[in-house]
Amino acid sequence: MKSHMVSLNILPIVRKEFRQIKRDKRILSILLFIPALMLLMFGYALNFDVKHTSMAVYDEDRSSTSREFVEQFFISEYFTKVQTLESKAEINNLLDAEQARVVLVIPSSFTKDIQRGRAASVQVIVDGANSNAASTVLGYINAIIQQYSVKVMTESFVRMGQQNITMPIDFEPRVWYNPELESAKFLVPGLIAFILMVTAVVSTAMAIVRERELGTMEQLMVSPIKPIELILGKTIPYTLISLFATVTVLFLGYILFDVSIKGSIFLLSLVTFIFFIGSLGMGLLISTMVETQQLAFMIAAIVSMLPTFILSGFVFPIRNMPIIIQGITYLLPARYFLVVLRAIILKGAGLSAFWDQALILAIYAFFMISISSLRMRKILR
Amino acid sequence: MFGISFFAPVFQLIILGYAATFDVSKIPMAVCDFDHSSSSRSLIQKFTSTEYFIVEGYFEKTSEIDHQLDDGHASIALVIPRGFEKKLGSGHPAPLQLIADGTETSTAGIGLSYASIIVSNYAQNILLESLMKKGSVTTPARVSAEFRVWYNPELKSRNFMVPGVLGLLLMVMTMLLTSLAIVKEKELGTLEQLVVTPIKPYQLIIGKLAPFFLIGVIDVILVVFFASLIFSLPVKGGVLLLLLLSLIFLMTTLGLGLFISTISRTQQQAMMTAIFFFMLPMMFFSGFVFPIENMPTIIQYVSYVIPLRYYFVIVRGLFLKGVGLDILWPQALALFIFGSVILSMSVLRFQKKLE
Repeated sequence: MKSHMVSLNILPIVRKEFRQIKRDKRILSILLFIPALMLLMFGYALNFDVKHTSMAVYDEDRSSTSREFVEQFFISEYFTKVQTLESKAEINNLLDAEQARVVLVIPSSFTKDIQRGRAASVQVIVDGANSNAASTVLGYINAIIQQYSVKVMTESFVRMGQQNITMPIDFEPRVWYNPELESAKFLVPGLIAFILMVTAVVSTAMAIVRERELGTMEQLMVSPIKPIELILGKTIPYTLISLFATVTVLFLGYILFDVSIKGSIFLLSLVTFIFFIGSLGMGLLISTMVETQQLAFMIAAIVSMLPTFILSGFVFPIRNMPIIIQGITYLLPARYFLVVLRAIILKGAGLSAFWDQALILAIYAFFMISISSLRMRKILR
Repeated sequence: MFGISFFAPVFQLIILGYAATFDVSKIPMAVCDFDHSSSSRSLIQKFTSTEYFIVEGYFEKTSEIDHQLDDGHASIALVIPRGFEKKLGSGHPAPLQLIADGTETSTAGIGLSYASIIVSNYAQNILLESLMKKGSVTTPARVSAEFRVWYNPELKSRNFMVPGVLGLLLMVMTMLLTSLAIVKEKELGTLEQLVVTPIKPYQLIIGKLAPFFLIGVIDVILVVFFASLIFSLPVKGGVLLLLLLSLIFLMTTLGLGLFISTISRTQQQAMMTAIFFFMLPMMFFSGFVFPIENMPTIIQYVSYVIPLRYYFVIVRGLFLKGVGLDILWPQALALFIFGSVILSMSVLRFQKKLE
C-alpha cells in the first residue's frame, strides 16, 4: 500500500519537472545535443597527432646531399616547409611570430663531414612553448635523422668494402587496444564521464536550488509530498536524459570514430548506473548547501566538471601529476569510472580487471546518496 | 560569491598548473626477458637509465603481460626472446618486441618514439662494434642533431598551460558571471523595476558590467602574481602590456556575456548557453591545449573568429617569448576590432530589449 502511494506522488513531480524542461526548449535541446556536440568537438578538433608542423630550413651547405637530407622531412606528412632562409638572423623573428615551429640549420661542412667519414651535426631549433606537441615533434625529427644516419653509415661501410650490412635488431613495436593511436578512442570513454557529470551533478543541483531561489520549494513542502518523493521526482527526468546522453555518445562514437564496445555491455551499463547514482547524490548534496543557482553552478563546476576534465585522467595522464595532486585524484569518482570505461570499451577486459574500481564507485554512491538524503530531509522539514 | 570570484582563479591556476600536464616520464614498463643474457640486461638498462621508463616488474610468461596491460599496471611491455644475444652477433637480425597500450594516445606515441630511439642507438652501437672487430679501423660517417628548444627549454607542460589559464579564467569570470548576474535580475523581476527608475539604459549597462570588469582586472593581477610566485613564470614581455591587452580582451568577454543575457530567460539557460555554445567551443578551437595547426581545415578557419585565439598568442608571447607589440600587433588589432564590434552590438541589443 505504502509503495503504491509513493509512486503515485512521484509522477506529478516528474511530469512537472519534465514540463519545465520541455517548456525551456533550449535547455532540452542543449541537454540532448551536448553529447553529439562534444563528441564532434573532441573527435575532430582535439588531436594529439602532430602533423604538418611548420618547418623552415636554413641550408648553409647548399649541396645535393643536404637537399636530399632536407627532403627526408617533407616526404612525410609530419612537416610542411614554410620557408627557406637566407640568413641566420631571420630565425628569431620567424619563431617569435610563430611562422615556423621548427628551424633546421645545416652547417656548410655537412657534405664534407659525411664524405670524410665524420659525424655531421645539424642544428634543430624547436619552439617548445607547447611542450606536448614539441616532444612529439622532437621524436619525429630524431627518428628521421637516425634513419638517415643509418643510411649514410651503411653507404660509408660499403665504400670501405664491407658487405652485408644489416641492422642487428629487428625491432617490432606493436600497439594494443588502439593500434593507430587515434585520439578519439582515448577521449570517447572520458566524454561519457564528463557529460554524466554535467547532466547529473550540475543540472540536478541547479534544478533543485532553482525551486529554493524562486520560493516554490516552500509550496512543495507544504503539499503532502514526502521528501523522498520530491527527490525522486526531481531526479528521474535527469536520469532519463543522462541515459539518452550515454547512448548517444556510444552510438555516435561507433558511427563516426569506429569506437566499438569490446567488453560486456551489461557491465558497462551497470557501472555507469552506479557512477550516475553517486553523481546524483553529489548534485543533491550541493543543492542542500547553497541558496542561489549562481553559487550552485560555481560549486558544481569546481567540484565536478573541472576535476573531471583535468584530474580524472580524461585528458591528462594522472601518472605525470605531482604526488599531492595524485592523492587528490583518489577522491574523484570519475577517476575510477574512467579506468572501468576504458577497460570495458577499449580493452574488452572483464570484471576481474576492474572490480576494485567498481567497488569504490559503489561505496561512493552509497555514501553520497545517504548523506544527501539526510541533509535534504533536514532542509525540507 | 565575492570570495569565490577571487578564490576560484587561484585554485584553477594551481590545479591546472600542476595537474594539466602531458609531460611523459616514468612510463611503467613490464619486462619479459627470456634471454637472461648480458646483452638483454644491458638493453633493459638502456631503457631504465632514461627517466622515461621505469620497470614495473619482470615477468616470465607472456600471458602475464596481457594482464599487466589489461589492468593498466603497465603501459608498455618489452619482450626479449630467447636467443637474443646469440642472434645479435650472427649477422641475422635479432627480433625484439615492444607492446604499447594505445589507450593513452599521447603517452603511447611519445613512449614509442623514445623506445625506438633507444633501440636504434643500441643497434647502431652493436653494428659499429662488430664491424670494428672485423677490422675496419676508420669510423663511418653519421648524422647527428643538436637540439635547441626555445621558450620552454625543459618542455614543461606547465609553462604552456599557466598563461593559457588566464584566458580561460577571464572568460569564465567575466562572460559567464556577467550573463548570470543580468539574467538573475530578469528571473527575479528586478530588472523591470530598474527599467522604470530614472536610470538610463547605458548607466544600467555600465553599472552591471563594471564589477565584472574589475574582477577581470584583479584576476589578471592575481594570475601574474601567482604565476611568478608559484611557477616562477614572470611576464617577460611586461606586465603593463599584458594588462593593456587583457583590457581589450575583456571587451569581447563582457560583450559576449551581455549578449548571452539578452538571449536567455533563466540562469540555467544562460549558464548552459554560455558553457556549451561559447566557452567550450572557444576553449577547444582556440589552441588552449591542442595546436590549431592539427585541426581540420574548416575548424582552422572557424578559429579565426574566436577572440580567445588571439589572446592565447598574446599571453604566451608575453609570458614565454618575451616579445612586444612589434610582434603582437596583429593579434592586438584583431582583438580590438572584435571587442568593439561585439560590445557595441550587444549594448544595442540589450537597450532594444529593455525598451
